[in-house]
Amino acid sequence: MKGGAIMSTRFSFARFLAVLVKEFIQMRRDRLTFAMMVGIPIMQLVLFGYAINSDPKRLPTAVLSADGGSPFARSLVAAMVNSGYFDVRAEVRDSHHLDEMLAEGEVQFAVTIPAGFARALQRGERPVLLVEADATDPAATSNALSAMTVLARQALNPDLTGPLAPLRAGPDPVDLRLQRRYNPEGLTQYNVVPGLMGTILTMTMVMMTALAVTRERERGTMENLLSMPVRPFEVMLGKIVPFILVGYVQVVIIVLAARFLFGVPIVGSLALLSVVMVLFIAANLAVGFTFSTVAKNQLQALQMSFFFFLPSMLLSGFMFPFRGMPGWAQTLGEVLPLTHFLRIVRGILLKGSGPVEIVGEVVALLLFLSVVTVIALKRYRQTLD
Amino acid sequence: MTHQDPDGGGDAPFAIDVSGLVKRFNGRTVVDGFSIRVKRGEIYGFLGPNGSGKTTTIRMLCGLLTPDAGEGTCLGLDIRRDSAAIKRQVGYMTQKFSFWEDLSIAENLDFVARVYGLSDRRRRVEEALERLGLANRRRQLAGELSGGWKQRLALAACILHDPKLLLLDEPTAGVDPKARREFWTEIHALAAAGLTVLVSTHYMDEAERCHQIAYLAYGRRMAQGSVDEVIAGSGLVTYALSGPGVEGAAAALAGRPGVEMVTPFGARLHVSGTDPAAVKAAVDGLDLPGLRVAAVEPTLEDVFIHLMRSATDNFAAS
Ligand SMILES: Nc1ncnc2c1ncn2[C@@H]1O[C@H](COP(=O)(O)OP(=O)(O)OP(=O)(O)O)[C@@H](O)[C@H]1O
Ligand SMILES: [Mg+2]
Repeated sequence: MKGGAIMSTRFSFARFLAVLVKEFIQMRRDRLTFAMMVGIPIMQLVLFGYAINSDPKRLPTAVLSADGGSPFARSLVAAMVNSGYFDVRAEVRDSHHLDEMLAEGEVQFAVTIPAGFARALQRGERPVLLVEADATDPAATSNALSAMTVLARQALNPDLTGPLAPLRAGPDPVDLRLQRRYNPEGLTQYNVVPGLMGTILTMTMVMMTALAVTRERERGTMENLLSMPVRPFEVMLGKIVPFILVGYVQVVIIVLAARFLFGVPIVGSLALLSVVMVLFIAANLAVGFTFSTVAKNQLQALQMSFFFFLPSMLLSGFMFPFRGMPGWAQTLGEVLPLTHFLRIVRGILLKGSGPVEIVGEVVALLLFLSVVTVIALKRYRQTLD
Repeated sequence: MTHQDPDGGGDAPFAIDVSGLVKRFNGRTVVDGFSIRVKRGEIYGFLGPNGSGKTTTIRMLCGLLTPDAGEGTCLGLDIRRDSAAIKRQVGYMTQKFSFWEDLSIAENLDFVARVYGLSDRRRRVEEALERLGLANRRRQLAGELSGGWKQRLALAACILHDPKLLLLDEPTAGVDPKARREFWTEIHALAAAGLTVLVSTHYMDEAERCHQIAYLAYGRRMAQGSVDEVIAGSGLVTYALSGPGVEGAAAALAGRPGVEMVTPFGARLHVSGTDPAAVKAAVDGLDLPGLRVAAVEPTLEDVFIHLMRSATDNFAAS
């Protein structure tokens, strides 16, 4: 029986299979966890789905009319109010004041009608009409902003009579400029779905593995497992693979709901997304496994999961636009798998990116996965010391 | 040391041969210079009060804990270097039931069989179920079993891969007498077939079924040998007192010089001590009409309590 000792240091598919089968059976019997894994995406989707569909009306608006009481300006403001989206709360005198109101969140929109608006309009010079929106909550502003484009034309048409009539037929009588402030990436409601996919996977995947291994320790079965000739990598892989499948189930639920419940367009290749997905899911599972090697009990494992989940939410570009964050936050964000995953999913689903466009992000995910796996295997103790 | 076969050490005379094992937890020495030698095919009993370091020692033997000092071999394999190889030939039954409660009996056994890479897995699992009378409970979840059945399952799982050495940590705690007897019959059958068994226990009758025993206290080995040797080596003398009113004499005897233990056994009183003359004097000093005094062999329990006492005197203060 020479070579027996060497055998055991190599990966054994049979032992991996042993752990895999055991984990699948245990997962099937653990109804609560199973319900949670399917329930969380559905619950989140319903909650966020409300946000996706929301069409808020009567949003606070301030108007700066430098054109005095011109009839055009008045028609415009009246039409905005009539659309139901805008509630003109204030008419201000100077642009500084207007900025302040927007910055402090007193109003959602700031409309600037420049001096000489009426005259320029009459001459057919297409004067600038500036509408600034506080777009930190894009779901709140986007409907109002799209209404605005139609509105400007309709409001002014009745006033364009006599010699001005030809202006009706031409391009828009005004040069409407919409500025989404505080959200330079113009995060739209569609971004919520990719973001949701990433955050749900981060939360459930990290937590589930962290708990799965810590539970072995807490129940005393770890001592038994360690007394058997099973290698750390076999345990790790056997515990991770079942959850990859669970992750896919979650993704399918989310994609189906996004497409058919909320009508989010899916431009790119779902096949490509599925391939990349496995990296992201595995990266999160490896993080969970690493936590489980440190945590003393399930409570600690949960706490660590949240410790990882929060920065993932905040710094990945899910909560706040990535480019709007300070440098240090961006650097931290670059480390997180969710950041790269969001770029990949947004790219594939919304912009139709192919493999070439996302290769950089895929490399980043691979790097993260490798480093965390090494840490996990180094930390995994084969003794009870 | 001679050249070793990395997987077996098939010709090593001792299944376990360790010396000077030390284990500390947070600066507290829990096992202190422990040495034993266990011959192949022997049933070796491991006794000692709670917290004396039995579990810790067993864990060091099978590579679950790394000793802070000391060395030795298990089945001819170095306990520090070859723990992976040791694990494949050792069956370890933990003190606390440690199989998966959300797996059925058959699933637990099947997992073990896969992990050890047994070639004819299904047949071996089936045989194990039959041998231990678990066949018609195969689908029952391990967590739903009573203590006795859990213990049977654990034993079945431990011997599934035909280990050469069994390490059993209090395998019969909380098991009824009939199941315990069956368990020991099984252990003896396994030993007769060449398996070496190290078993920790708190039961005196189980100690008496072992070929050799070791008694631990405060992480040190206080006594070692066959049961008779341990009793003889203790130097304890015991007198059995009987007769009317003997129960009342217990309090009077307890404080006398030379009297270490006074233990009532039904209508009798056992009086023990290490100094024969002093014990005799104490017993003779009793003024009870009709008192019968007989020198008897001290029980193993007497010896253990005596050993625990002297261990307390020696170490507890330090
Ligand atoms: N992982 C650990 N960390 C810290 N202390 C420990 C650890 N394991 C055991 N101990 C301590 O070591 C001492 C010996 O414990 P051990 O479990 O070996 O005793 P034992 O002889 O098996 O006792 P029992 O008969 O109660 O099972 C105890 O005081 C225990 O508290
Ligand atoms: Mg113990």
